[in-house]
Amino acid sequence: MYKHILLASDGSENAVRAAKEAVKLASYNQEAVIDVVYVVDIEKSKYDVLHSNSKEAADLARRKKNSKVLQFLNEANVTYKTTILRGEPGPEIVKYANEQGVDIVVIGSRGLNALQEMVLGSVSHKVMKRVNCPALIVK
Amino acid sequence: MQTLKQQWFGNIRGDILSGIVVALALIPEAIAFSIIAGVDPMVGLYASFIIAVVIAFAGGRPGMISAATGAMALLMVPLVREYGLDYLLAATILTGIIQILFGIFKVAKVMKFVPNAVMIGFVNALAILIFAAQLEHFIGISTLTYVFVAITLILLYTLPRFIKVVPAPLIAIIALTTVAIFSGAELRTVGDLGAITQSLPSFFIPDVPFTFETLQIIFPYSLSLAIVGLLESLLTSQIVDDMTATESNKNRESRGQGIANVITGFFGGMAGCAMIGQSVINVKSGGRGRLSTLIAGIFLMFLIIVLGDLVVQIPMPVLVGIMISVSVSTFDWSSFKYIVRAPRTDAFVMIATVAIVVYTNDLSKGVLIGVLLSAIFFVVKISTVKITQEGNCYTVHGQLFFASIDGFVDYFKKADIKQNNIQIDLSQAKVWDESSVGALVKVMDLLKERGIDVEIVEIDQSSKKLVEQLNSLYSSS
Repeated sequence: MYKHILLASDGSENAVRAAKEAVKLASYNQEAVIDVVYVVDIEKSKYDVLHSNSKEAADLARRKKNSKVLQFLNEANVTYKTTILRGEPGPEIVKYANEQGVDIVVIGSRGLNALQEMVLGSVSHKVMKRVNCPALIVK
Repeated sequence: MQTLKQQWFGNIRGDILSGIVVALALIPEAIAFSIIAGVDPMVGLYASFIIAVVIAFAGGRPGMISAATGAMALLMVPLVREYGLDYLLAATILTGIIQILFGIFKVAKVMKFVPNAVMIGFVNALAILIFAAQLEHFIGISTLTYVFVAITLILLYTLPRFIKVVPAPLIAIIALTTVAIFSGAELRTVGDLGAITQSLPSFFIPDVPFTFETLQIIFPYSLSLAIVGLLESLLTSQIVDDMTATESNKNRESRGQGIANVITGFFGGMAGCAMIGQSVINVKSGGRGRLSTLIAGIFLMFLIIVLGDLVVQIPMPVLVGIMISVSVSTFDWSSFKYIVRAPRTDAFVMIATVAIVVYTNDLSKGVLIGVLLSAIFFVVKISTVKITQEGNCYTVHGQLFFASIDGFVDYFKKADIKQNNIQIDLSQAKVWDESSVGALVKVMDLLKERGIDVEIVEIDQSSKKLVEQLNSLYSSS
C-alpha cells in the first residue's frame, strides 16, 4: 500500500477535504507517512512582506494558514510531517513529488468553472498531468 | 549566509538566462525613467549599466537588481529643470556618499521603525506618480497615440499566457516599432525626447562650481534620494529574502548602493536603487546569484551599443503602455481591502502617506510624515490607561509613564468612591518612570484628603524598584 503520501495543502477548505482522503489512504498501512507540502507562492512575496511588520509575523501568518489541515491530521492520529517549499505551487509540487519518489499525490481541487480555469489555470490538473505517480484529486 | 563563491557561481545557468531576461526588461524602464527625470535616455541607461555592474560586486543581496528607478527619477525632476544635468550628477555622487555613511552607521536598522502602513503608502504613491508622469505623453496628442497605448497594453497582458520565455514588453516593442516604421505612422518616438549614444560611458567630473552654494542646492535632493533609495532597496531585499528563503546583509547593501551611486555619478548616470519589479522577474526567471545582476547590466549595455539606432525609433505610446503596466504592478491592489480591514490609524497613515506624496511629488516627505504620524498614533495608543473597578479594587490596565499619567490621575479625581479603603491593582500595568510614581503619590494624597486609605497591590518586579521609593516617602512622613 501507499507509504509516502504527499498531501498538497494551500490551507483552504479544499485542502482539508483532501486531507480526509489522505487519512483514509494512510489507514491501510501502519508505516504510512503523510507529507503535508505547503508551497509559499513567491508571486505573493511582495504582498506578504508589505503587509507584515516583520519576517516573524509573515512566517506566523503562513503557519496559521496551514493550521486547519494540521489540526485535522492531529485529531486523525496519523503520522505526518510538513514540508514548506517556495515557488510556483503547481511546478514545485510536481518537482518535489518526482524527486522524492512519493507513492501518491493527494490534492484538493478549487472547483473553478471552465472560464476561471482557462484564465487562472488549474493547479490540481497540472499536477496530475506531470507527476510520475498516481494522483488523487479531491472535489 | 552563502560563501562568496556560491553567491557568484552557485547557479551559473539560471543566472545567465535570468540576467538576459532582466536586461531586456530594463531597457524600456531605463529610458522611461530618464524621460520622467527630464534627461537624455543615455543618463538612465548608463546608470542602469553601472549600478547593476557595481552592485553585483558591492551589494549585500545576491540576485537583487538595481538600476535607474522611477522613485529616484521622480525626486530629481525639479533639480534637473532648474539647474540641469551636471547638478544632477553632483547630487548623485553626494547621494552615494550619504548612503555609504548610512551603511557605516548601520542606519538599515532604522527600517524597523518604518511601519508597513507607510511602506504600502510608499509603493502606492510611487505607482500613482509613475502613472501620472505618463499622461503628458499620451493625453490629447492624437488618436493614433491612444490606439498604440491600448494595443501595447493588450499585448502586455495577453502575451504572457502564451509566451513565457521572452518578456512581453520586448515583444510589444519589437512588433509595434516595426509596425510604426513600416506604416509610417505619425507617432512621437524616443528619439524626439533625446539622443542615444552608442558608446560606453566615460569618466568625467560634473561641471559644477565647487562652492558651498552648490552644496546647498544639491544636499536636500541628495538626502531625499539617499533615504528613498535605501528604503526601496531594503524593501526589495526583504522581498528577495522572502522569495528565496535566504538572508542578506542590509548594511552591506546600503554601502553597496552608495558605492554604485558615487561611481554612476562620475560616469554620467543618474542615481538609482533596487527595483522591486525587476528583482521579482529575476528571481522568477531563475536568477539567484550575483552573476545574474552582472549579466543584466552588461547585456543591457551590449544591446544599446548594438541596437541604439533602433531604440530611438521606439514609439512613445509603446513606452507609455509599458510604464502603465509597471505602475499597475507596483500598486498594492490589496490596499482597498486594507483600508477597510486595518486598524483605523494604520489606514489613515497609509492614505496620508499617499496623499502627501501625490501633493508634494516627493516620496521622502510622504515617508517622513507617515513615520511621524504613526509614531504619534503609537504614543497616543500606548498612553491611554484604562481603569476597571470591582468592589474596592481598582485595576489599572496599560503603561504608566509621563504621557499617560494625566488620564490616570483624572480618573481618581472624578471617581465617586464610597469605600473608606481601596486597593489599586497594578498587575495589568507597568510603572516606567518617576513621573508615574509621582502620579501614584498624587492619587494617594488626593484620596487621603477625602478620607480614603489606598493600598497598592500586585506590582511586577521591574516596577517594584520605582514604587519602593513611594513606600519610603510614606513611611518617613
